[in-house]
Amino acid sequence: MATVRLSFSPAPVHVRTARLVGVAVARRAGVAEELLDEVRLAIGEACTRAVALHNQYRIPDLVMVEMSDSDSYMVRVIDRAPIEASIGLTKLPPDELADESLTDEALTTGVGFALLAGFVDDLQVRPVDEGAGTEVRMVWPVGRR
Amino acid sequence: MELSLTTRTVGEHTVLDVGGEVDVYTAPRLRERLVELVDGGSRHVVVDLARVDFLDSTGLGVLVGALKRLRAASGTFGLVCAKEPLLKIFRITALDQVFPIYPSIEAATSTSSGDNPPTA
Repeated sequence: MATVRLSFSPAPVHVRTARLVGVAVARRAGVAEELLDEVRLAIGEACTRAVALHNQYRIPDLVMVEMSDSDSYMVRVIDRAPIEASIGLTKLPPDELADESLTDEALTTGVGFALLAGFVDDLQVRPVDEGAGTEVRMVWPVGRR
Repeated sequence: MELSLTTRTVGEHTVLDVGGEVDVYTAPRLRERLVELVDGGSRHVVVDLARVDFLDSTGLGVLVGALKRLRAASGTFGLVCAKEPLLKIFRITALDQVFPIYPSIEAATSTSSGDNPPTA
């Protein structure tokens, strides 16, 4: 099993770096080529969510991304925001998406979760084991090498 | 790939060609450009996503913001997108039911502005 761990300051500019690393490790792990766009999008969404939460709660701590492969390719994106922040993860129905009263933040959060749920078959969002924060855990199958 | 934004006029439509990656870092620039267009008097805006390599929820939020802004100004807003990976993003988020999505610039700009009636 190989593990790659990346930590970054909670700034939007670094999300792209996390995506690039995540896809490079996925390719190396043997994730099917046709899934790599989905891997890229899902890692980006999870990191965007983490950065937004750190900024919302003025948390300077690093966002952590851990990629590992064994029987499958697993990516964990860990934030340090209060756990109640994760309750906002709800998918929005179509008639609410363009509703005038919906804030940009709520829309982006809802759409981001829809993308995560839509692109990742094996998705878990759960509290971290110690301290504040949530872990978004995503798993993709790997081919035999 | 860096975000690129180019504006041109096709008939009564303002076409914004977007290229590169639209994400949490670059989406504010797209938002600024769309706001400039509407504030500058554009009322029928088409965003061409043909050269977009990556689009995330932040970018989608910016596009919805532009749609709302134009509706409020009795304008129209459409997207040009024929790439299956991007179309899948619109389907998964149900935003394909919110945006008029056309396969080509010709299709987007040949329709009457009244085809996309404002809801205001």
